[in-house]
Amino acid sequence: MKDFGFSPMKNKVLNFDELNHDFHQWIAIQDSSFNLCIACGTCASTCSAGSYTHFSFRELCKDIRWGNAEKAMKESEKCMLCGKCSIACPRNINTRNIIKMVRKAAKTSPL
Amino acid sequence: MRKTVAIIGGGITGMEAAIQINKLGHTVHVFEKDEKLGGHVAQWDHVFPNQRKAREIINELTCQISEEINIHLSSFVEKISQIDDSFVIKSDNNELKADAIVLASGFELFSASKKEEYGYGIFENVITSVDLERMFVEKGHPFMRNGEIPQRIAFIHCVGSRDEKVKRTYCSKVCCITAVKQAIEVKESIPEASVYNLYMDLRMFGPGYEDMYQKAQQKGITFIRGRLSEASEVENNRILIKTEDTLSSRPIKMTVDLIVLMIGISPSLANNQILSDLKLEPNKDGFAEIADDHLSPTHSKVKGVFIAGACTGPCSITDAINASRSASVEVHHYLNQV
Repeated sequence: MKDFGFSPMKNKVLNFDELNHDFHQWIAIQDSSFNLCIACGTCASTCSAGSYTHFSFRELCKDIRWGNAEKAMKESEKCMLCGKCSIACPRNINTRNIIKMVRKAAKTSPL
Repeated sequence: MRKTVAIIGGGITGMEAAIQINKLGHTVHVFEKDEKLGGHVAQWDHVFPNQRKAREIINELTCQISEEINIHLSSFVEKISQIDDSFVIKSDNNELKADAIVLASGFELFSASKKEEYGYGIFENVITSVDLERMFVEKGHPFMRNGEIPQRIAFIHCVGSRDEKVKRTYCSKVCCITAVKQAIEVKESIPEASVYNLYMDLRMFGPGYEDMYQKAQQKGITFIRGRLSEASEVENNRILIKTEDTLSSRPIKMTVDLIVLMIGISPSLANNQILSDLKLEPNKDGFAEIADDHLSPTHSKVKGVFIAGACTGPCSITDAINASRSASVEVHHYLNQV
């Protein structure tokens, strides 16, 4: 690895060379709308659970995408499955279904 | 009385202007510095937003160039002088008196080596969007310098655009959609490859652009909102890149086989001579200045001089053709008055 003479905080750095894409790929197969996210935040701002907890579907998407399956599974428990985010999403992402898939993965460990 | 119009530049803008002005009944002379017509578009493989062959566009325009149109190839315009209402255009191999001028002299590509931290011209697997297009023409897929097929490719948006450091503060307009188009083509030519697009903002403003972006997402291309800070070479001439995922505030580093720099549209230096001959000032970005942003998009500030296409600033093929036609009508009205 080239030494640039400085390095950002190691625990914060996303090292794409070691990233595990399996969970992301599994989710994208379960629901092909997953990849369409543009991180606009409509889901997070309309979220009922988000008013009372730190839950954000946008952040959940990032966790899935960047290989943080464990965190995604834990976070998904905060959702109340009200489905407001699905109605609000401008990309027509089936957000509610994606949460259900993450929960399913937590129960069945498909990977 | 039949009037004479000189068109400077034989790219798509100049070709279209020649066709239209000839149809309106005037004598047309086109000055092109290269050996053939077509300009930048002629070097492209496919164009957005429908992945149509660029060649098709050039061929269709070429078919419409009638024998009445005088084409001067390999003719670099050296000097233009104005005598009353007419202009004398001196190129390296002829001299012509014209009643009106259409400036369609296009643009220059941003020189990627000016962004030294990206390593163009230093690291062998750093290429530009133009190099990639040439690879598509040549082999139908991108390749590394050693001939191998790259498995991880990163597109770097905004190289020479929206960047105070290289004095290009404007948006080059066509690179975002070109990057999306090329990412799709890379994925189609190498389906197993991972493709990443590093962007500041995705400006998908044109018809069909947003659809192409969705298509790219559906194909599994990863879009990362973050600008490349620096690239360096690691083992096997692969490229290590550093950026931040600004949507999750996390620095990213990754090793890729090939990076593609989406170089922007810069004003052409050759234009400066022509502009100063005609006593025209370039605008703040260095392009030919239009007389009125809204109502005279193809007039210059000098009577009898009309401007169209990318010499006025970044534009798509559609924009260039529209500007050409607009300029042609304006030229016609002007010539009927004088």
